Amino acid sequence: MAVTSTGTPTMALAYRGLVARRIVVLVGLTALLLFSVAVDVALGPARYGVGDVLRTIFLPGQAELQMRVVVWDIRMPMALLAVTVGASLSLAGAQMQTILANPLASPFTLGLSAAASFGAALAMVLGVALFPAAIALMVPINAFAMAMAASLLIFGLSTLRGVTVETIILLGIALVFSFNAALALLQYFASEQALSAVVFWTMGSLTKATWGKVAVTAVILAVCTPLFARRAWALTAIRLGETRAAAMGVPVKRLRLEALFLVSLLAAVPVSFVGTIGFIGIVGPHVARLLLGEDQRFFMPGAMLAGAVILSATSVLSKAILPGAVLPIGIITALVGVPFFAALILTKGRKSW
Amino acid sequence: MVSLALEQISARYGRRDVLTEASTPPISGGSLTALVGANAAGKSTLFRRIAGQLGGTGAVHLSGATEDDLRYMPQDTAMTAALSVYESIILALKQGAGSWRLLGEELAAVDSVLARFGITHLAERQLAELSGGQRQAVSIAQTLVTRPRVVLMDEPTSALDLYRQYEVLEALRIYAEETGAVILLALHDLNQVMRSCTTTMALSGGKILACGPTLEVLTPDLIRSLYGINSRVERCSQGCPMMIVDGPAASVS
Repeated sequence: MAVTSTGTPTMALAYRGLVARRIVVLVGLTALLLFSVAVDVALGPARYGVGDVLRTIFLPGQAELQMRVVVWDIRMPMALLAVTVGASLSLAGAQMQTILANPLASPFTLGLSAAASFGAALAMVLGVALFPAAIALMVPINAFAMAMAASLLIFGLSTLRGVTVETIILLGIALVFSFNAALALLQYFASEQALSAVVFWTMGSLTKATWGKVAVTAVILAVCTPLFARRAWALTAIRLGETRAAAMGVPVKRLRLEALFLVSLLAAVPVSFVGTIGFIGIVGPHVARLLLGEDQRFFMPGAMLAGAVILSATSVLSKAILPGAVLPIGIITALVGVPFFAALILTKGRKSW
Repeated sequence: MVSLALEQISARYGRRDVLTEASTPPISGGSLTALVGANAAGKSTLFRRIAGQLGGTGAVHLSGATEDDLRYMPQDTAMTAALSVYESIILALKQGAGSWRLLGEELAAVDSVLARFGITHLAERQLAELSGGQRQAVSIAQTLVTRPRVVLMDEPTSALDLYRQYEVLEALRIYAEETGAVILLALHDLNQVMRSCTTTMALSGGKILACGPTLEVLTPDLIRSLYGINSRVERCSQGCPMMIVDGPAASVS
């Protein structure tokens, strides 16, 4: 069936081999993630043995109360939130880069993080709750509302006639500057106490993790992923260029709007929980692209795994660098991640981004 | 046999009319049809209008095929995606199908289109590493892998060397013969048109000036009104009609 006229060996076989190699890479990333999460749970200011921690995880009934609280109520939510947030931000970045045909697109560069920071600062500095009913969750809810507002603004503008991918990106950058200016203004008038709260929030941190936050981020991932998966072929085709994709029958404009909406959800919620960890949204997808290419069937899970591994490993580092202290994770991602990222891009030297 | 006819179709960008009441007799499949015209004559617009990417008045009549059997290949543009040639062709095949699974027959279709256009050796190369000509050959394979019955190709040979131009046009001609497909090619080289295309459609200023058998359409008068060039169409020593350019027409308004 697959015999070519000249009798050359069929390329289908070579392709099957490529697919097998990609599955191996995905399995490897999963193993790496499991390992990183295990180390993350085992590490912390209270120095427990690895065996004790494992026993507490698998047999919580037999562990002493203090240890159970530390492992189950503090370390596990933190470690798992790193996974869900890393995966969400990376998936959001991957799809933004895909639909906007730009390697720099991410929740960070389109102003979502800046908007979230502004919303959070509004709560911390002025005590303004955008939804007064939930005053206890004022900070994350404000952050979410502003991030959603920013992305809906971009979403709305991109439905206008004649708005191109380039315009959307320029608008995003304009949003970054506007929200940063507004944030600076708030900080200028803030009390010292509020100021330090804002600064700490914008550094990004997993220390406020709870099971509730883990559940919310996991549910959003569970809803968005299959919706993207259903569009895997169309999303991959968009990377061949708009006209080419349209010629293949992809409803480019509609797909872009759909994806932009899902991306907004995927990015806004994690950012409102953990603050600014913008870097993941750029690096995760690029790592996945270098390892797996851009066939979305592999690229999508790859980006999620890469983002989760990076954030989880960063969480480990943030505890390991200064014993007894947990450094803000946003700082570590940038400090450790950037050189690693630069090395990755420069050594690969491929023409595709 | 498939055929394509245009009835008074028009298209506009904003307020500018790019196509006005373009009509053709039915163009039947089985051989190649050329679309000729100067730059900005509306060739790409006509293709996009036929492919349904642009709205406008008038009707495109297909017989022996539906809109799903139609494929349009846009003019060559860079491809920066991190995909191999093989993956990019699979992609064209899987649009609309949805399933993540690849069947043996789908892979066989990819293999056969690679062989048909002589690019089996490029299968594992990354798109971004291809030269302009190779990219064009890959585009053609992407377009034909679904075995469309109506094909619109915007300058499919513009980046190819002489040998590859011949090879690609020959492969397209064979494809048309085998499948009875209508293949409409926007081409600039009129000698190439005379050699390979049985039918020619001439477009100028958004209007169709002529549409019919190539040698009847491509007269010195028509060529002058299309391009502002004085020319002769003569038989070469082996009997093939050739166009010889004499120079710009005296009064080009």
